[in-house]
Amino acid sequence: MTLTFDITHVQGDFTLQAQAGTGEGLTVISGPSGSGKTTLINLIAGLTPLQDGRIAFGDTVWNDTVAGLFVPPHKRRIGYVFQEARLFPHMSVRANLVYGMGRVPRGERAGRIERIASLLRIAPLLERRPANLSGGERQRVALGRALLSDPQLLLMDEPLSALDAALKAEILPDIERIRDEARIPILYISHAMEEVVRLATRVIALEAGRVVATGGPEAAFASALDGSGARAGAFIEATILEHLADEGLMRATSQAGTLYLRAASVLAGQSVRVFIPAADIILSRGLPEEISALNRLSATVMALTPGTASVMVELDCGGARLSAEVTRLSAARLGLAPGEKVEALFKAVRLAPETLYRVSSGLESIPAR
Amino acid sequence: MISDAEWTAVFLSLKVAAVAVAFSLPLGIVVALILSRCRLPGVGLLNGIVHLPLIMPPVVTGYLLLIAFGRRGLFGSFLETWFGLTFSFRWTGAALAAAVMGFPLMVRAIRLSLDAVDRKLESAAATLGAGPLKTFFTITLPLSLPGVVAGAILAFAKALGEFGATITFVSNIPGETQTLAAAIYTYTQVPGGDAGAMRLTLVSIALSLVALLASEILARRLARRLGNA
Repeated sequence: MTLTFDITHVQGDFTLQAQAGTGEGLTVISGPSGSGKTTLINLIAGLTPLQDGRIAFGDTVWNDTVAGLFVPPHKRRIGYVFQEARLFPHMSVRANLVYGMGRVPRGERAGRIERIASLLRIAPLLERRPANLSGGERQRVALGRALLSDPQLLLMDEPLSALDAALKAEILPDIERIRDEARIPILYISHAMEEVVRLATRVIALEAGRVVATGGPEAAFASALDGSGARAGAFIEATILEHLADEGLMRATSQAGTLYLRAASVLAGQSVRVFIPAADIILSRGLPEEISALNRLSATVMALTPGTASVMVELDCGGARLSAEVTRLSAARLGLAPGEKVEALFKAVRLAPETLYRVSSGLESIPAR
Repeated sequence: MISDAEWTAVFLSLKVAAVAVAFSLPLGIVVALILSRCRLPGVGLLNGIVHLPLIMPPVVTGYLLLIAFGRRGLFGSFLETWFGLTFSFRWTGAALAAAVMGFPLMVRAIRLSLDAVDRKLESAAATLGAGPLKTFFTITLPLSLPGVVAGAILAFAKALGEFGATITFVSNIPGETQTLAAAIYTYTQVPGGDAGAMRLTLVSIALSLVALLASEILARRLARRLGNA
């Protein structure tokens, strides 16, 4: 099933104008705050009636202002995980979970609750009240509640933003699991790069109410050049060759060449997606003899994008794309121009758990906890 | 101690107040919901009409009720012909007067509590497939229950003490429309009635205290059920 929308929505002096479509997998809607992310998914949910345009899911038109069509939110079969959980305070966790199961035959409810509760590790909480849950528990219950309503589209509005880093790390695998198991389109709002990197099948980048980029996770970075707070960079897919236990490193192979990564809990043979920040790359003409940077990739300059103080250099390393951020001065001194050969140098890349994107993201690759 | 006639007045008051609250509560909830949620032009007018009995002299309210719901009144004759319902000089009239007088208090309390319900929870219910009716009965109403209870008890207390509108509308007939307040008034109008007036006054104070206590206990229990305590 595919969600398609083409909308214009004015709120005060803010105008959201977006046209895009998404299918199965997890689509991250990213962008700075105030760029219209929440407005967009509230329109898709039907919580805000559309002013002008059309939203359709598969063959069903949800909203069409020309035809005067509006399907109210409760008939759209969506699951919505809000930023602040929004659990019903006067109901137990179990009653919260059952709330949206009207479509599910009575006989099947208990079994489904049991399955989701164990998937999200909330089984021991079923008889509690939301007031007695921690932030992470609340968000997991909200996730379970949305999933149990048997949605055909899942919307998530920064579900992790209210949580600290440790809790985030705890719930991220749950969301990965849902992405891989549920087989429904998921729209996920986030401006946290770690979530984009780890979760996104594709990205819709918004800025000031407009779609500025769509595509793979890299799109979010491409759109995040100057001053948006996000770190620019690129991904390289690599396969772990071996662990160099004594050095605390891993050796991996990629299209671009051999990479040295800091040791992480990934097995040899597994594929990972490595994020290389543009600001961490040093460019040089010819290989310096003695330098501490372990990673040295030969590259061809593809394009130069000048920013305010620096220049973003797009590189081609044996088919893999890299971005390097250098000062205008350096770019001039090196005489960088499309077609020039350079060496890209950077330190061993840290695969922090949150920046580690497992490419083979089946259930078996998620570490047992 | 308290005579049978006095007990009759006490029980009549309780019956009138209970019936008044029972019948006006559903309407009170609907009106409070309209006042809290509707943003239409006529809502301000409705708000004014609902609050009129609070600011008008009770005698005026009673007189208007007499005109409208008396035997020959517009609504009164209609209700008597079609439903066999008579209000004038009956205890049902006393209940109607009590309901009208208590209505603004009831609506205010419920409305405040509806205003306090987190609308985001209602939209969460909608995304879980709940239509407007299910959302109201499973989310909005339970969450505003403290206000509903407070409103009902306020209206009940007001009904117990209602005097001006009642006596104007349905007079002061022992056993039929002579409520506690009217009975106290009657005692004060006859020589040597002081002792009787004091007895009924004490009963009246006791009833008010019980109502207050009951509302406190209920409110606390509800707060616990809503997960706030």
